[in-house]
Amino acid sequence: MPDLLLELFSEEIPARMQGKAADDLRRMVTDKLVAEGLVYEGAKAFATPRRLALTVHGIPARQPDLKTERRGPKIGAPDAAVQGFLKATGLKSLDEAKIQRDPKGDFYIGLIEKPGRDAIDVLAEILPVIIRTFPWPKSMRWGARSGKPGSLNWVRPLHAITATFGLETEEPDVVKFSVDGIEAGQTTYGHRFLAPAAISVRRFEDYEAKLLDAKVVLDPERRKDAILTDAKQLAFAQGFELVEDQNLLDEVAGLVEWPVVLMGSFEPEFLATPAEVIRATIRNNQKCFVVRDPKTGKLANKFILVANIEATDGGATIIAGNERVIRARLSDAKFFYETDLKTKLEERLPKFEQIVFHEKLGTQAERIKRIESLAAEIAPLVGADIAKTKRAAHLAKADLLTEVVGEFPEVQGLMGKYYALAQGEDASVAAASEEHYKPQGPADRVPTDPVSVAVALADKLDTLVGFWAIDEKPTGSKDPYALRRAALGVIRLIAENALRLSLMKVAASALVGLSMKPADVQKLPGDLLAFFADRLKVQLREQGARHDLVDAVFALGGQDDLLMIVRRVEALGKFLDTDDGKNLLAGTKRASNILSIEEKKDKRTFDGAPDAALYSLAEEKALAKAIGEVKAEAGAAVAKEDFAAAMSAMAKLRSPVDAFFDKVRVNDDDAKVRENRLKLLNEIRSATRAVADFSKIQD
Amino acid sequence: MDASLPAHMRPERSFQGFILALQRFWAEQGCVILQPYDMEMGAGTFHPATTLRALGPKPWNAAYVQPSRRPKDGRYGENPNRMQHYYQFQVIMKPSPPNLQDLYLKSLAAIGIDSAVHDIRFVEDDWESPTLGAWGLGWECWCDGMEVSQFTYFQQVAGFECAPVAGELTYGLERLAMYVQGVDRVYDLNFNGREGDAKVTYGDVFLQAEQEYSRHNFEHADTAMLFEQFKMAEAACRKYLDAGWREGGNKKQHLMALPAYDQCIKASHVFNLLDARGVISVTERQSYILRVRELAKACGEAWIHTEAGGAA
Repeated sequence: MPDLLLELFSEEIPARMQGKAADDLRRMVTDKLVAEGLVYEGAKAFATPRRLALTVHGIPARQPDLKTERRGPKIGAPDAAVQGFLKATGLKSLDEAKIQRDPKGDFYIGLIEKPGRDAIDVLAEILPVIIRTFPWPKSMRWGARSGKPGSLNWVRPLHAITATFGLETEEPDVVKFSVDGIEAGQTTYGHRFLAPAAISVRRFEDYEAKLLDAKVVLDPERRKDAILTDAKQLAFAQGFELVEDQNLLDEVAGLVEWPVVLMGSFEPEFLATPAEVIRATIRNNQKCFVVRDPKTGKLANKFILVANIEATDGGATIIAGNERVIRARLSDAKFFYETDLKTKLEERLPKFEQIVFHEKLGTQAERIKRIESLAAEIAPLVGADIAKTKRAAHLAKADLLTEVVGEFPEVQGLMGKYYALAQGEDASVAAASEEHYKPQGPADRVPTDPVSVAVALADKLDTLVGFWAIDEKPTGSKDPYALRRAALGVIRLIAENALRLSLMKVAASALVGLSMKPADVQKLPGDLLAFFADRLKVQLREQGARHDLVDAVFALGGQDDLLMIVRRVEALGKFLDTDDGKNLLAGTKRASNILSIEEKKDKRTFDGAPDAALYSLAEEKALAKAIGEVKAEAGAAVAKEDFAAAMSAMAKLRSPVDAFFDKVRVNDDDAKVRENRLKLLNEIRSATRAVADFSKIQD
Repeated sequence: MDASLPAHMRPERSFQGFILALQRFWAEQGCVILQPYDMEMGAGTFHPATTLRALGPKPWNAAYVQPSRRPKDGRYGENPNRMQHYYQFQVIMKPSPPNLQDLYLKSLAAIGIDSAVHDIRFVEDDWESPTLGAWGLGWECWCDGMEVSQFTYFQQVAGFECAPVAGELTYGLERLAMYVQGVDRVYDLNFNGREGDAKVTYGDVFLQAEQEYSRHNFEHADTAMLFEQFKMAEAACRKYLDAGWREGGNKKQHLMALPAYDQCIKASHVFNLLDARGVISVTERQSYILRVRELAKACGEAWIHTEAGGAA
């Protein structure tokens, strides 16, 4: 079956857009082919800075013929209906229609045959539409045609379209179409500098090979492999090790069609600047890799650049030019770093009074004050020294105003730590500058130093309470202030450090410092707690645990100690994995179901202690006794926060509950006995509430 | 490069020779070579030959040097490459020709940058000027890792769609010349290409000015006067715009777009000076930018009702 080759040759496509564009092209063309009844065998798309290319192989040469039946009017229907039917079906007269017998009367049936079209004609129709509607994140107009309405939009000026279709064994045909004056053909171009001449291509195999001859590596994965291999090799040859960087590799592979890896150096004096700053300078500004000494792990005074040409001087000019720029950049970075060191962190703080954190939440200075007092309040709860915690919170944000962080936002916090150490701050205080931002995501490390923990909690809780207070909660996919991440951070800080604190109380303290308070201020901590419950469920689900157990624990009410909630959920999960747990859950649910039916019937609840005098059967008495024991035992275990023991106590309920349902008829004819038995059922429910609300657990 | 040039005129030897080579190259491509606009402005884009001429259907090809004033970038002459006054070389071609990238690369060759040994790259850079209500897509052009030019296809200027689109090239002249001459400090650039006693450096011409203007921009510029000037320029711009509208036949025409636009340029520069003096707060800053943009938009509207804007 024939293959399609499509190439869209343009001016330089932004590196960050190439991957998605290749995917979109493949998806759009193949979806459209399938929709047209042309089921293909395989497809692959590629991108370079100057081209998007697609190969689809095994496309049928023709669409299948389509036969459809259309039901017409009844025999003997008025002429207007018959004429309408003939028109719609294209039949010349009713003689060409079939007749279908039906109990309601006989109908005419028109058979419409739609012959399939040649695939190349279908392609000529769909490709221009795809090009015109291509979903670039940003697109533009250009040239003389842009003066007229309806001109083509593309990511950058589009210069040529190659589109061929045909069998491997034959000379393929050009898919004939044009878009905004660009005729599809079979001419493309090689590397901008190394082989700019026109190339005539027939099909994918010779296309890819001819491009390679013309110094274009079509497949981005091949370019990445080549860059990585050469870069590692080059570093290794000099006794160094490449500092790998996937994002940088992806970007650099999108900037070259013919990668040539070269190594340059800079003055070793620059290595006195923190390694992260050197790396950020070289990576962000110059898109070059850094290398390190494999023995010490320290950066070396070398960098690796990826050029797009094989220079006639072997790359000497390119290396010298890049070295010049990197020297200038590093000398700026060094200057920034040294300038920063001249000012103490606290001297920067007054400037925060001019910087608005959020219009409704005041300035950064106000926010820092709030974090300071909240952190001081949390400190004793997490075993942190109060004075150190206050100092840490006081300085934690100061590096935002330094030159280095202004230049490279990704080293915020880290620079704070360096500057704090340089001015002789306590190690914990300095570490908190970096660590209070953590954890930044599910994979990030959770700080353990109590000072960092206190400031990290205060920072996140101030954010959460603040945005809750001004009603800027996350909705759907929108979470511009990363509040979900902050809540998850709080959960992980508490759970992984085994911290005991009442979220309601801490949230209430965080509210105290806010100048802007909502009307229903009392409701806020509770709302926020529900948000935490949601985040906890999401986290448990991601870990593969049963998130419905969170609901069962939260339903008990008054639960705002996250660590205890997590522990309860864990113990409950283990218990429900046992036979005792499963049966007790079934028994409790059965009791609940009976109760809710009877409660509805009688329009009353069956609270209160049952009357022991009304028990007539041994199973009743045994159950009542077991409930009494289990309540006491589980209650004592919960008081000791030993949830595993509480669950073991619960397990003792299983057999008396099973026996009760086996032998005892709840709805006894004697109303008093019935009432008493319902009260006993209610007791089962209340006994299990010592650990969770079993009715919220899904089977 | 033209081998017949005397040594002191060669682009790799002399800053002025460098500029002349660029002018000559773009003159060959049919551009009118203009002289700098006689007003202070932050970038060559502000020149009416770009901002206004980019609007409307009439073809327009021009190239010129524009002294650019960025009061905040002053460093008292102490930074090796940051200055409050520098030169941009600006090319505008409307409609953008299909071979604009090739022309650009040829212009680099004309100033001594050979693509056989230099790594030239087009790296994504979307351009936007909030004060001019303008945006476009294009690249930063890199030579061996150094940004040497901006390349933009204007999509909108003064709030109006560009139809047809103009291509704009901006060369940072000092930076390019430093690279070609192989000097690390802008003030060491050879300005006139002569050696010995006859040599004049960029520092001889501009160092004192950098020092004086830095003092002026950061310490002494009269802010009370500048606030007043901003208001006056804004009011004058509106006044000239109002006075310029004429009903001609069944078409509306404008007769004073250029003088009105001068006042917009003026307001923009005064704002930059006030900003450098640190007397404009963060929130006010935004509102000043918006005020200048409103002027630019109104001037653009006036321009498209003039002859060169395509109305006649």
